[in-house]
Amino acid sequence: MAKRKIIQVINDALAEEMERDDKVILFGEDVEMSLFGDTKGLARRFGPNRVRNTPISENIIAGAAVGAAAAGYRVVCHMMYGNFLYTGMDAIANQAAKLRYMTGGQIKLPIVFLAVTGGGRSAGAQHSDSVHPALMNLGGLKVVMPTTPYDAKGLLKSAIRDDNPVVYLQTAGRGGDSGEVPDGDYVVDLGRAAVRRGGAAATVVAMGGMLKPALRAADELAARGIDVEVIDPLTLVPLDEEAIIASVAKTGRLVVVDEARLTCSAASEISALVAEHAFHSLKSPIQRVTVPNIALPFSPALEKVLIPDAARIAAAVERTLQERVAA
Amino acid sequence: MNEAVDRLPGNDIALALYQRMLLVRRMEEMLGEIQKTGVLPGPVHLYIGQEAVAAGVCAHLDDHDWIASTHRGHGHFLAKGGDPAKMAAEIYGRADGICSGKGGSMHVADFSKGILGANGIVAGGIGLAVGAALAAQLDGRGRVAVAFFGDGAANQGVLSEALNIGALWRLPLVLVCENNGFCEFSPTETVTSGAISDRATPFGVPGVAVDGNDAFAVWAAAGEAVERARHGGGPTLIEAHTYRTRGHVEYEVTFLSEKYRADEEVDAWLQRDPIPSLAQRLLERGVAREELAALEESARAAAEQAYRYAEASAWPNAAQAHTDMFA
Repeated sequence: MAKRKIIQVINDALAEEMERDDKVILFGEDVEMSLFGDTKGLARRFGPNRVRNTPISENIIAGAAVGAAAAGYRVVCHMMYGNFLYTGMDAIANQAAKLRYMTGGQIKLPIVFLAVTGGGRSAGAQHSDSVHPALMNLGGLKVVMPTTPYDAKGLLKSAIRDDNPVVYLQTAGRGGDSGEVPDGDYVVDLGRAAVRRGGAAATVVAMGGMLKPALRAADELAARGIDVEVIDPLTLVPLDEEAIIASVAKTGRLVVVDEARLTCSAASEISALVAEHAFHSLKSPIQRVTVPNIALPFSPALEKVLIPDAARIAAAVERTLQERVAA
Repeated sequence: MNEAVDRLPGNDIALALYQRMLLVRRMEEMLGEIQKTGVLPGPVHLYIGQEAVAAGVCAHLDDHDWIASTHRGHGHFLAKGGDPAKMAAEIYGRADGICSGKGGSMHVADFSKGILGANGIVAGGIGLAVGAALAAQLDGRGRVAVAFFGDGAANQGVLSEALNIGALWRLPLVLVCENNGFCEFSPTETVTSGAISDRATPFGVPGVAVDGNDAFAVWAAAGEAVERARHGGGPTLIEAHTYRTRGHVEYEVTFLSEKYRADEEVDAWLQRDPIPSLAQRLLERGVAREELAALEESARAAAEQAYRYAEASAWPNAAQAHTDMFA
């Protein structure tokens, strides 16, 4: 075991997978210099055929990723910020997410789109979106949102080895988070949630950047004798539905915390899932804690008003404990 | 703008061009008639009048080379060696279709023949071809990728992105713009400034304008571009001037409120039909009239057989709707 930061383990996973399989190639904006540090040193180590800077041309980056994957490569495509996925969205939504299906399964498309997601850093509205809801709705993309160094590495290795397009969303501002990581090769399977804290009073599902405030809220509630279960989905497509339903079956109460805007958020999807499949387990109405349907502002004084924090999450848990479904 | 070099194909190649063009023509003419009977589930965009482009370019390619095509993609599919019967069954939405009925007319693809597919997004194939060209470059086996697109697609920003990255990386890429006079229902000159072939010049890419109704001229220009691409010389942009003698989409007369072009204009281009003019040149070279008639007969028979196969094919099993989304 070794203590590593998230940004380091992304770099480790890329290097190990490129070492393991010479069909793995990496390209994107500034991957040679590496803006975030996650691709640092890879260009020198693997050479210009396998690691290439691209122009700031997201449409051709994403489109070429699909073409190169269709032609036999395992492509890691660095899109930098989640918002920049939107400028490449034609190739992502119309080609990557559909080409296999609409050609009757003739091809595999092993692509990883890497991007930073979420706000909280005064990056302004065009660098702060939580982009996963739009991606989840496309159907043909897997969507991964790791939270700790352990799963950041294992999930990226799984994503690279997966034969489908996977969007790997790294939470903004959390690249420096460190944690224990095993030595050597390991993978974390896509589609498996992690129970971050056990409890019976209520289920809190928290993803990406929302895990930390959810755990803080859980600590505060525990000090008052309320033990909540915190579930971290880690993968949003495919979603570990069983883990969420099993927890709600136990607790009877659900709070879903998502940094995306409310409408059609992952929180909305998970709420609907539980309403459909675990309705009779619910003892009170489901609570969604999200950013409202507003673009994220620049000023920290304004941004913190919109992004869920531990206090809002704890208050939502308390509402689930107070309110009751009529018998 | 450079003029295409004055190179002429021998009789064997010229006859092969004629054969391919006839097959495309018969397939498309029959499809136009079939469309009127109402048996096709969706729209068809016919390639009639443009056959010299697909045939002239694909004559230089084999199964290991890649092409990406457009919504008007039947001609490219057939010219690259795709199976007419499998294509017909796909257009009928049947189980035996090349994409198992999941793609339809706008998505006919056969990856085993290097056909990345027709594409419902205008310019959608350009990114795929760039990616396939990158794969071809990394493979180092002299393969090339060709993107067919229309004059409408030339006004999508991704063409500039492709010219830039293609030139930077010296990709084995041939960009073939078929200027057929119309962007859907808008005459090209009303929505396009300058000459499309000139758009290559600022990127240091050769831009060539050819008569797209002259199979020999297309063959010569494409031969030079493919050779350049195969030998590390980078991309070429070919603008083939041709004309869409049929509508944008076959049933357009049922919804258009007025004509968008004069009958005289269509008639003038019908006088320049690439197929009779190629036949005339073959006769002038001493090819026997009977030999041309035999090719005509075999094209007609192949097309009839293809649509008989499509009609006899079953609808896909309902369970197939759920397969092939992920590998």
